Amino acid sequence: MDSNNIPRTVPIQSATFSNPINAEIRRASATGIYDIRGGGAKRKVPHFDDLLFLGASISRYPLEGYREKCETKVTLGTRFAKKPIELDIPITIAGMSFGALSGPAKEALGRGASAAGTSTTTGDGGMTPEERGHSTKLVYQYLPSRYGMNPDDLRKADAIEVVVGQGAKPGGGGMLLGQKISDRVAEMRTLPKGIDQRSACRHPDWTGPDDLEIKILELREITDWQVPIYIKVGGTRPYYDTALAVKAGADVVVLDGMQGGTAATQDVFIEHVGLPTLACIRPAVQALQDLGVHREVQLVVSGGIRTGADVAKAMALGADAVAIGTAALIALGDNDPKWESEYQKLGTTTGAYDDWHEGKDPAGITTQDAELMKRLDPVDAGRRLRNYLKVMTLEAQTIARACGHNHLHNLEPEDLCALTMEAAAMARVPLAGTDWYPGKAGF
Amino acid sequence: MQTYDLEANGLRGLNSALQELNGSSNKTAWEIVNPKGSHAIAVGLNSPVEVTVKGSTGYYCAGMNQQATVRVEGSVGPGVAENMMSGTVIVEGDASQYAGATGHGGLLVIKGNASSRCGISMKGIDIVVHGNIGHMCAFMGQAGNLVVLGDAGDALGDSCYEARFFVRGSVKSLGADCIEKEMRPEHIEILKDLLARAGADAKPEEFKRYGSARKLYNFDVDNAQAY
Repeated sequence: MDSNNIPRTVPIQSATFSNPINAEIRRASATGIYDIRGGGAKRKVPHFDDLLFLGASISRYPLEGYREKCETKVTLGTRFAKKPIELDIPITIAGMSFGALSGPAKEALGRGASAAGTSTTTGDGGMTPEERGHSTKLVYQYLPSRYGMNPDDLRKADAIEVVVGQGAKPGGGGMLLGQKISDRVAEMRTLPKGIDQRSACRHPDWTGPDDLEIKILELREITDWQVPIYIKVGGTRPYYDTALAVKAGADVVVLDGMQGGTAATQDVFIEHVGLPTLACIRPAVQALQDLGVHREVQLVVSGGIRTGADVAKAMALGADAVAIGTAALIALGDNDPKWESEYQKLGTTTGAYDDWHEGKDPAGITTQDAELMKRLDPVDAGRRLRNYLKVMTLEAQTIARACGHNHLHNLEPEDLCALTMEAAAMARVPLAGTDWYPGKAGF
Repeated sequence: MQTYDLEANGLRGLNSALQELNGSSNKTAWEIVNPKGSHAIAVGLNSPVEVTVKGSTGYYCAGMNQQATVRVEGSVGPGVAENMMSGTVIVEGDASQYAGATGHGGLLVIKGNASSRCGISMKGIDIVVHGNIGHMCAFMGQAGNLVVLGDAGDALGDSCYEARFFVRGSVKSLGADCIEKEMRPEHIEILKDLLARAGADAKPEEFKRYGSARKLYNFDVDNAQAY
């Protein structure tokens, strides 16, 4: 009301030019640089939360939760490798580099994964002795930059993961800002200290699946065909990428959706390129089935896996295993409320801290600062990760038993329904209460 | 001299036999016949063995070499001596793309020409090309020396770090942040040594040196057009 008691139009915020958008426009105009951050897509996309398990009833017979066994073991790399990786649980730790993460954080990941009977993975920058020493199963990433790549470490690996892309930035390279290029990181990467280190988006010595097939031959020859070779792709064209990875000779395909994290890249890349994890799984499985290699070439899915329910849903859709990155960091202590006052000093808050590239992480995880690193006890943090992995496994087993399965791999799409049309279409499972999903023939 | 017929006996047997050598074997000289363009010949070696390939090879010959000397009496496909750590690889003919890619050490000698992206992401390897090189060579080169007796194609040394490039002939164009640099006495010495080890008939004084201007080492939006 104004002074004459005439009603006035209330102020309306624009949905298009929202406050966060306007703030970003102001930040860009003040600084002249795009926003770089860590983590994966923060926007809301169809996800595993949009699926439900149906559970057993008259038509399905459940297993007794406290008496009957539900297996969780998984073997990866059975196609060509002489020594496939055998894991106690189908939840692995995704590739994260020493450089992006502190040495104690990498050690903690190795400790936690090993205690839970699963594998961890190197990242851009090579393999550290601490990481190898604390990881009973270690996957060695073979990346475009080849930082720290050498045949001795290659032969120490339990598997090799040829990284073609990642979900946070499919088609993009990496950037490790100078603040994190310490003496040790610089030496491992053969770079001057303090520079902004770029990682190429393409491999330097092959292009396309025909070349990749020969590259894999070389890697197998160097490692005596002993260890599995994974190919990791970002979720963009999952059917064709999976088919081409199989054609190129992969033992395992790792498929990373857009919620999958990165150490640092442009926010615009993270939020606007790639597919949600949920949309990736069924096309990839379809490719494996069409080629007659589903379960022979294993599929590992990553990007936004948080709970045992997510694990079970990914596996029900056809994955053989999952990988976690961001969730593992949170288990170690990333974004913990106990550092809230320090997050506020950095202009952020608990749960939103994503400037991992700046090296100022109060939790001492995404940093190379000697003092901050001391805040993370690798033994305690490793124990937290082990606990978390165990809980996720128990949760997945609980669901599998309720659906009548004695192995997590026996979960199937028929165990699921979708809460939304979008999720039904992406996961190719019926909308709840119906026997239909968008795209299903005959309707 | 051990003679291995690749066509008759297969790749796995060859690489397995060569990789098993540990420096104490008397089998220090090997001759590989009938390579016929096969890929991944003599990869992952790690002993001071002398290997001669009697003919041309496919991709990744002598990949990730350590200590060994591999001589190819022919031309090589893409990625010869990729990620080499130490030792010597000599190609009597021409080399396809990515020769010496990401190499950390050792010496790669190409007596003919090398195609595009020779020395891409080089990390300490020394490469001597008697002939010409193609475009985008030493892209993102981090360390080591690339010596070219002939001409260089477009965008030499694009986005390079601390690698050095010595070219005797013309350079069609320099890549982003790559500039001509002063040839100081220490560079003459480096070049003299490399030319001698590569059996190259050239004088160090005939070369120009190129390397990073170091302007792209830290991001600056005013350099955005250069990226």
